[in-house]
Amino acid sequence: MKENQLISNLFRNEFSKIVSVLVKHFGFRHMENAEDIVSETFLSAAQQWGVHGIPDNPTGWLYTVAKNKSKDFFKRDHLFQEKISKEIQRTSDHQYELEIDLSEKNITDSQLQMMFAICHPSLAPEAQVGLALRILCGFGIEEIANAFLSNKETINKRLLRAKNKLRDNNIQMEFPPEDEIKSRLKSVLSTIYLLFNEGYHSSTQKTAIRKELCAEAMRLNLLLLEVELTNQPMCNGLMSLMCFHASRFDARQNADGEIILYEDQDRSLWNSDLIKRGEFYLQNAAKGSHLSKYHLEAAIAYWHCQKEVGEEKWEHILQNYNLLLQLEYSPIAALNRTYALSKSGHSKKAIEEAEKLKLNNNHFYFSLLGELYLKVSKKKAKENFEKALLLVKTEQDRKVIEEKIRVLN
Amino acid sequence: MKEFMLIFRHIPNPAYQPSPEEMQEGLKHWQTWIGNIAGQGKFIGTNELSEEGKTFNKQGVISDGPYAEVKEIVGGYFLLKAESLDEAIELSQGCPILEYGGSVEVRTIVQRDYE
Repeated sequence: MKENQLISNLFRNEFSKIVSVLVKHFGFRHMENAEDIVSETFLSAAQQWGVHGIPDNPTGWLYTVAKNKSKDFFKRDHLFQEKISKEIQRTSDHQYELEIDLSEKNITDSQLQMMFAICHPSLAPEAQVGLALRILCGFGIEEIANAFLSNKETINKRLLRAKNKLRDNNIQMEFPPEDEIKSRLKSVLSTIYLLFNEGYHSSTQKTAIRKELCAEAMRLNLLLLEVELTNQPMCNGLMSLMCFHASRFDARQNADGEIILYEDQDRSLWNSDLIKRGEFYLQNAAKGSHLSKYHLEAAIAYWHCQKEVGEEKWEHILQNYNLLLQLEYSPIAALNRTYALSKSGHSKKAIEEAEKLKLNNNHFYFSLLGELYLKVSKKKAKENFEKALLLVKTEQDRKVIEEKIRVLN
Repeated sequence: MKEFMLIFRHIPNPAYQPSPEEMQEGLKHWQTWIGNIAGQGKFIGTNELSEEGKTFNKQGVISDGPYAEVKEIVGGYFLLKAESLDEAIELSQGCPILEYGGSVEVRTIVQRDYE
């Protein structure tokens, strides 16, 4: 039992490291072989450790076995044989040795390069998230299928297509050139954020899976912060944002998985350690002059984590939404901004502005209008909640709105 | 959707020296007005122009500020999307420059297809 727990912890940490190093060594052409080699390594660990006990240095054991399995595999591999024989012909050194570099530095570099490769702009966002879960987080196909509410076959196809693309587009395991770092990092961050949101906002999955997705997204972001090249303000901004969001994870759902609205949350359930970490990363994000959407979203989340109530807090939130919408429009940001406008002491103006948004297919739009009308006209509030009810997609949202109407009646 | 440019004009008042708090309030006022337009997904871009500048023609520099002959200066511009000139004017309502005694000129941007 002890071995199993250790192996599954090691798997989460070491799978992506070894696969990344192997792919860096052998190329994307051998990505699936690399996955197989690492899976077999863990299988051996499970068999041998169960019989002989856990070795003194479990990670070292894994690296040695993975190296040996790689050598065995590639010796058998026909294409590789051909490559080697050419290599031998070309180089005067006949002592060609297959040396796989599992040093700390090469592991870190390979993992980060794998992140850049997987988040390459030529791959579709859902392919990026799927590959990230498989290669960087070591998720099994079934786990990924569960996370996406899909089936194994679909996920397998999706991953295969993505891997083919990596190979066919000749994407390299390397750091992007200096002048591309920012734009490529943006792509990496948006995949990490997508992964986090998959866990944070999906209301139909088991809490354990959702928490794990959030934790994995945060772990990947931490990798970026460990290296100078990628420890950039916007990466700290996203880390801060995720800490603030995660701090309210337990407060925003009840035991039955129903959503608890922000105003009704039990603030003692907010995780103060995560809030402090969020503040730490937000300070790191404040270096430099570049203002990214993650800075703004983190600032908004920061103010949401403040327990004070009052117009001033919401004025801060409003101002950050004003800037966020100038950087990038999104209907949710527009709706949330109007809510902040209302809470910062402009409740009439907020209704006026909200009605201009005309997001008539969005149940959040009508829920928001219902909320904004509460103080002004109960009749109008109810009408809007009823319209929202016609558009809801999840059972959880339906319950929240039905409760609003019940209170009004 | 067409694109429009709003040109903000005002008469500079050197005697007006706002306190940091007043500047902060003014900035919030502008940002919230911009946010109203950005919230409708109709914001393209905006810039404030400093009072420093020069105007010249073929004969050379004809004025040191942008405001040697006209009393009003252009203080900034704003690009937005709207269905019509009327809608662009509608969106411009509530622009803070109006409260400072300035004006907004709304102009349709000529669209050319270069493809």
